[in-house]
Amino acid sequence: MLSLLVRRRRLLHHLLLPLFRPFPMAPSQPRTKSRNPLLIPGIGKFSRSKMYHKRGIWAIKAKHGGAFPRHDPKPASPEPASKKPPKFYPADDVKTPVPNRRKPKPAKLRASITPGTVLILLAGRFMGKRVVFLKQLSSGLLLITGPFTVNGVPLRRVNQSYVVATSTKIDISGVNVDKFDDKYFKKEKKERYKKSESSFFEAEQETKKLPKERKEDQKVVDTPLIKAIEAVENMRGYLGTKFTLRSGVKPHELVF
Amino acid sequence: MPFKRYVEIGRVALVNYGKEYGRLVVIVDVIDQNRALVDAPDMIRGQINFKRLSLTDIKIDIPRVPKKKTLIEAMETADVKNKWEKSSWGRKLIVQKRRAALNDFDRYKVMVAKIKRGRAIREKLAKLKRENPA
Repeated sequence: MLSLLVRRRRLLHHLLLPLFRPFPMAPSQPRTKSRNPLLIPGIGKFSRSKMYHKRGIWAIKAKHGGAFPRHDPKPASPEPASKKPPKFYPADDVKTPVPNRRKPKPAKLRASITPGTVLILLAGRFMGKRVVFLKQLSSGLLLITGPFTVNGVPLRRVNQSYVVATSTKIDISGVNVDKFDDKYFKKEKKERYKKSESSFFEAEQETKKLPKERKEDQKVVDTPLIKAIEAVENMRGYLGTKFTLRSGVKPHELVF
Repeated sequence: MPFKRYVEIGRVALVNYGKEYGRLVVIVDVIDQNRALVDAPDMIRGQINFKRLSLTDIKIDIPRVPKKKTLIEAMETADVKNKWEKSSWGRKLIVQKRRAALNDFDRYKVMVAKIKRGRAIREKLAKLKRENPA
């Protein structure tokens, strides 16, 4: 449908442009979009012959003396030397299970949860407490702290699903949480004692002692946090108070 | 008891149901027994059932189905916005909106303020009781 002149002009432009660029142009980048727009998934707008022309296969062939340039064929891999017949043929055909290639990704962090956000814990020992979010660990769990002196919540891991994010944020720029990861919080494996009668009746219970380094780490993290908290009026009391529901309060209507 | 708020052209009403819930509109025409044509400065003029309207005390002076410009001018001269916001009904709605938009931290601050106020009142009352034991 295009006139011959237009076609010729476009061809010349297409061939000469790489040779002679009139003004400084951006370096040409490989085309990312298909030249054949999809009308319906599976059906392109242009036919095979049209696409042959659009992709310029005719021009590439012309450039390479009539044939489309090809790589040299790969050297054929040598046949494995003497394959022994298998010792055992199973009676029934057993289906080989498909290998599990699934790699679970860390949970996607809700947009409302950013470092320094005040979170409300919904379950567990510290249910109802308002705590400060520090960072997301590689397992997907959230690293939080009370701070400990404000509400008794230590450095702890918590699942995103058991948390309500409020819109209140605290400045945690002075806090360094790089040293905390999932390994830090991993429980030590208890030595499995053999189930003997003597051990059953021995009422020995080893009390778990909190390692000193945990207490110090807590202090290191909390000190700059508390400074930031004291800077905001009422914030200390807010973090020290538990979240409660009362008569007439509808959680689905609350703005957090 | 006679009626005080009449459906008439120029009556300001509050939409109490539907997509336009909470909007203040002006009745610009009556379509039939059940419906009115309403208009507001930031809305496209449309029909609405009377059952979806709550009439207010405010009335403005407009001709039947005025142009938007005339409507806006009439609302300005009658000072509808300020009258509404000063009225007890209007003030209640503003407070309701404010309370609904409170953040968790804000709610805590309100609670603290209420406790403080109550305490101050009770202290003063106790003081007065002590001084006048009659």
